[in-house]
Amino acid sequence: MSHSTVPRSRAEAEETKTPVASGDATARGRRRPPAGRLSPRLRFRRDRVLLLMTLPAVLLVLLFNYVPILGNVVAFQEYDPYISDNGIVSIMNSPWVGLDNFHRIFEDSAFWNAVQNTLVLFILQLVLFFPVPIALALLINSVVRPRVRAVAQAILYLPHFFSWVLVVAVFQQLFGGAGIFSQLLREHGHDGLSIMTDPGTFPFLLTAESVWKDAGWGIIVFLAALASVSPDLYEAAAMDGASRWRRMWHVTLPALRPVIALLLVLRVGDALTVGFEQILLQRDAVGPGAAEVLDTFVWWNGVRNQDFGYAAAAGLIKGVISLGLVLAANKVAHLMGEQGVYKK
Amino acid sequence: MTAVVDKPAGRPVRGPGRWAAPPRPAWEEKPGPAGVAGKGLVLALACLGILFPLWIVVVTSLSSRETIDEAGGLVMIPKDVTFVAYQELLSGGQVTRAATVSLGVTLVGTLFSMAVSVLCAYGLSRSGSLGHRWILMLLLATMFFSAGLIPTYLLVQSLGLMDSYLALILPSAISVFNILVLRGFFMGISPELIDSARIDGAGDLRILWRIVLPLSRAVVAVITLFYAVGYWSAWFNASLYLNDQDMLPLQNVMIQLVQKQEAPVGLGQAIKTGELSGLAVQMAVMVMALLPVAVLSPFVQRHFRKGMLTGAVKG
Repeated sequence: MSHSTVPRSRAEAEETKTPVASGDATARGRRRPPAGRLSPRLRFRRDRVLLLMTLPAVLLVLLFNYVPILGNVVAFQEYDPYISDNGIVSIMNSPWVGLDNFHRIFEDSAFWNAVQNTLVLFILQLVLFFPVPIALALLINSVVRPRVRAVAQAILYLPHFFSWVLVVAVFQQLFGGAGIFSQLLREHGHDGLSIMTDPGTFPFLLTAESVWKDAGWGIIVFLAALASVSPDLYEAAAMDGASRWRRMWHVTLPALRPVIALLLVLRVGDALTVGFEQILLQRDAVGPGAAEVLDTFVWWNGVRNQDFGYAAAAGLIKGVISLGLVLAANKVAHLMGEQGVYKK
Repeated sequence: MTAVVDKPAGRPVRGPGRWAAPPRPAWEEKPGPAGVAGKGLVLALACLGILFPLWIVVVTSLSSRETIDEAGGLVMIPKDVTFVAYQELLSGGQVTRAATVSLGVTLVGTLFSMAVSVLCAYGLSRSGSLGHRWILMLLLATMFFSAGLIPTYLLVQSLGLMDSYLALILPSAISVFNILVLRGFFMGISPELIDSARIDGAGDLRILWRIVLPLSRAVVAVITLFYAVGYWSAWFNASLYLNDQDMLPLQNVMIQLVQKQEAPVGLGQAIKTGELSGLAVQMAVMVMALLPVAVLSPFVQRHFRKGMLTGAVKG
């Protein structure tokens, strides 16, 4: 600590001790004297430019992240969008219906179908997607030729920057009814493929698209963790007679453990969000039976059917459960001795 | 500085031969031929899985109608190269307009997002400043909840942003994660440097512009790319907030032309009579959507890691 005074609180003392990703930043960046010495008025005078700088972002966050929370009141209304073009006027004049929307949702088989699809997709993506970046990172890490590495990384990162529209279109060219594989099959007298419209294989199609788009990008975090492993550990293990594979098991994988735990926590906390844009783009082709998830359920009922109260109620259910999941996942991470998303 | 990303420690790159393997440490066993071949094969397959579909798309977009008919659809092996599809798409009309809209929204949006984010990140990066902890909490909390689609939609409607390009920029203008990454980087800049500038009479804005930003070029480049790609790839807000078909950005037009196989406005006749291949036109639209990101992202590649991990929160 550059200002080397007694920390203001226990919380701060904890915080300054905690190791963070870029360690050098903790010790630096401390210019201002500790707060205890200056009156709030003086501190305001000193820091008003800094406060002013944060103002645009704060206003945007308040307006677009906090204010809409209030809009969730329509979940308890028979919201009528035709009263006015202005949502606030409509909210003021729509009748209150208590928990009616929630009762309707719990009796709606389409809702439970969406819940089921969401959970199936979450589990499938966890099992089939999650290990791919780890394996790819180990592979890239074992490539020692720098140019080969750089070129491979450039190619693997690329699809992450493509839009979902483009990714779905690319898959259509591969596996669609008029795609390249259907084309080749037909030339040899077989039927074309119907993967892009088949509800049965849809979860696997989604997972394959996610892997194609984001598995390469996912390796960055793991590569960073691998680069921070001291070569001395490998040397020492080799001296003790550990083979290539044993070194990977006893040195490399333990180094990845905190990152894996953090990403798992993040993923579980976000379990109910399973690729909204990606699924919405293919909802028409596959049909809601297989392609309706919670987010698209909200979209369909609100934006398409104009049943805003009903959709908002479904969204609220999802939002509340998600918040609980994030907090629970963090709790588990802390219990496991990992850092999680926020600190205790 | 070498162009190498993630160079493992203890393996310095020497001389001109960056395709060659660096010297192996004495304790490491020589890799077996099977291992090397296996690794190479898996890596080559992974890269091929990404490049092959893009190759088909690009080649088909550059093929003449005859070549496409002969191939029975998508073209794998190029026979001729023609830019007819691009010429038609870019000579005014639906796709030209959509591409212009996308470029405009991306440019304006990215500038706005970067200005707001950099200012906020710097404002929060000077430790011990008044209220920064509270503001940080306010921003951080948004990573744990989302207000939901319907309330956000009603808000944008109430603000009178329907059928306005502002609806494509303002609601998604800042990413708290990006601000945290920038802030983490700004905090790593030596305070002595900033103090000496202050003693010389520089205010916070000047310090940010003259000292902090020039020292943070890499992370600023990465975050700019993230924002730009976000705006360029966005389509959902446009589908939600824009009713006027003529205002739609490129991604939304791509949904209509490629996914729903509609003929581009004004080119339907040429495609029907066979002057122009509908497939080549579709593929050309896809190439237009992927080209900017495919060209730009490799330049920033070696800095990607800076845009990832410094997001950890420090008071």
